[in-house]
Amino acid sequence: MHHYSPLERVLRGVALTAIVIFFMFPIFWIVLMSLQTNETILRSPPSMVFEPTFSNYAAIIAGRLDSNVASMGIEFMNNLMNSIILSVGSVTVALILGVPAAYAFARHKFRGSEDIAFTLLSFRFAPPLLVLLPLTMYFQQIGLADTYLGLIWVYQLICLPLILWIVRGYFEDIPQDIEHAYRIAGHSWFATFRKIALPLAGPGIAAAALLAFIFAWNNFIFALVLASADKQPVTVGALAFVTASGIQYGQIAAAVVLSITPTLALALYAQRYLVEGLSLGAVKG
Amino acid sequence: MANDTAVRVAPARFRIPSKLFPYLLSLPALLVCIGILIPFFTAVWFSLQRYRLSQPWNRGMNWGENYLNFLTDPSFWNTLQVSLVYAALTVGLELLLGLGIALLLQKRTRFNNFISIMLLLPLMTAPALAALMFKLMTNPNFGILSYFAQVLGFENMRWGSDPSTALLTVVLVDIWVYTPFIMILLLAGLRSLPTQPFEAAALDGVPRLQQFWRITLPMLLPYILTASLFRLLDSIQQFDIIYAMTQGGPGDRLMVFQVEAYLNFFQSTNVGRSAALLLILWAITFFLSNLFIKNWLRLRERARGEA
Repeated sequence: MHHYSPLERVLRGVALTAIVIFFMFPIFWIVLMSLQTNETILRSPPSMVFEPTFSNYAAIIAGRLDSNVASMGIEFMNNLMNSIILSVGSVTVALILGVPAAYAFARHKFRGSEDIAFTLLSFRFAPPLLVLLPLTMYFQQIGLADTYLGLIWVYQLICLPLILWIVRGYFEDIPQDIEHAYRIAGHSWFATFRKIALPLAGPGIAAAALLAFIFAWNNFIFALVLASADKQPVTVGALAFVTASGIQYGQIAAAVVLSITPTLALALYAQRYLVEGLSLGAVKG
Repeated sequence: MANDTAVRVAPARFRIPSKLFPYLLSLPALLVCIGILIPFFTAVWFSLQRYRLSQPWNRGMNWGENYLNFLTDPSFWNTLQVSLVYAALTVGLELLLGLGIALLLQKRTRFNNFISIMLLLPLMTAPALAALMFKLMTNPNFGILSYFAQVLGFENMRWGSDPSTALLTVVLVDIWVYTPFIMILLLAGLRSLPTQPFEAAALDGVPRLQQFWRITLPMLLPYILTASLFRLLDSIQQFDIIYAMTQGGPGDRLMVFQVEAYLNFFQSTNVGRSAALLLILWAITFFLSNLFIKNWLRLRERARGEA
């Protein structure tokens, strides 16, 4: 193995430090901001010495924002709840629809199967507004406008292709002989699917579900176009919050922290799955 | 075929014709898919119409007029230019930075793995919220980045609200969010390269810089292509970061395709123009996604062969 000269070692250390600072600093700073009052935030020059306070979080959780000028209600906890409903709902639906389809695509080369799989994949890459704008009109006509059901259906645009393609790759990796042996032993097709294929593809399904959840949570444009205030997830809600609260910077920071914590925590908890899923089965790392 | 015998041996309770079976399994997914194709064709239809929500009496087919008008429409060319520059800048810079980081973290050590996991966090942040974070950090009154700029001698750096720095600001957010994506793909690629060529080169005393240009880079090229095409596809359609940061402004400085189409639809209620814009964007992404899928499948085949 190669050994680094002292100069090289120093340069690598400097480069790595700069990289870590660049990518970690914004998260660190927003957490600091969320623990300050507006007075300490507005100090110049900025300083990292302050007495931490949880009043911003308290105000958001209580849903009331009191300043010396006025008092206003905030819906942020409602946004958080919407994010949970939409993300969990979309991933569940995508798993129910996507896993059997992924199995069919992996195991049976039927007529048109490649075309269908590609069409589904190409949805991932089409401009979302192209579908969303006409959909706003249709949703109004068929009564899906501003319902969780309508939104969850549209969220399949992100979740379904992801699940289908990642899980399909995992099913293809299971040797068919194992399934054949189990079926010859007299088990039904469904039992084979449930007892053999599903558990063996388990890690892939978990990775796909995790990624689908994160992408659904982080989605902005679907809900911006289709949801009114009481159905909006945190991504849209945080932006509306900025417009509404104006200069309550501490609360804005606290809202951002609350909005990004679930995905960041999930990412840290399941990072191995995540890296596997992200490489879309393209590279087995 | 082994498959057929297996089916025959299995107990026959509900026998679904095996030819229909895979269709049945994928039917629900297909239905959702069809539900999405309908609005797509509606958009094509809208794009061929003179259609403003504010002037319902004036609606009618005008066939290719929306598209023809683009030829002489300076704001269309601005949109095309801004979108292309944004995509090229973000993907180019992210590729350089991502490759650099991947090379630094190539060795499988505990420390390197820890850092690569930490770098996942920006990628897991919603782009719209990342833009919001940077908006707070570049606030002229208390933003830490504004303060740093001031210390470095850039008095009155107004970041997103100044036409000369707006592009730089959103590109910075994009780099913060998406560089880790390229880094992860390239790191997985680097770590899966065979070691023999490098050992041979080291024995022959080939300098390491030359090893990089002659061995590492060519072998990594499929990964680089896949990662950049994937990012290019996303970046040319960027909406979240730009809309959350400046809503396309100041002026029309950041009017990329989707932001322009969104504002056309909801503010000036020009449905026809909005749909035509989106279809041009779709044509670009369709071309890119075909390239990407071809590349990606080749990479998958290779990874499968080696595994």
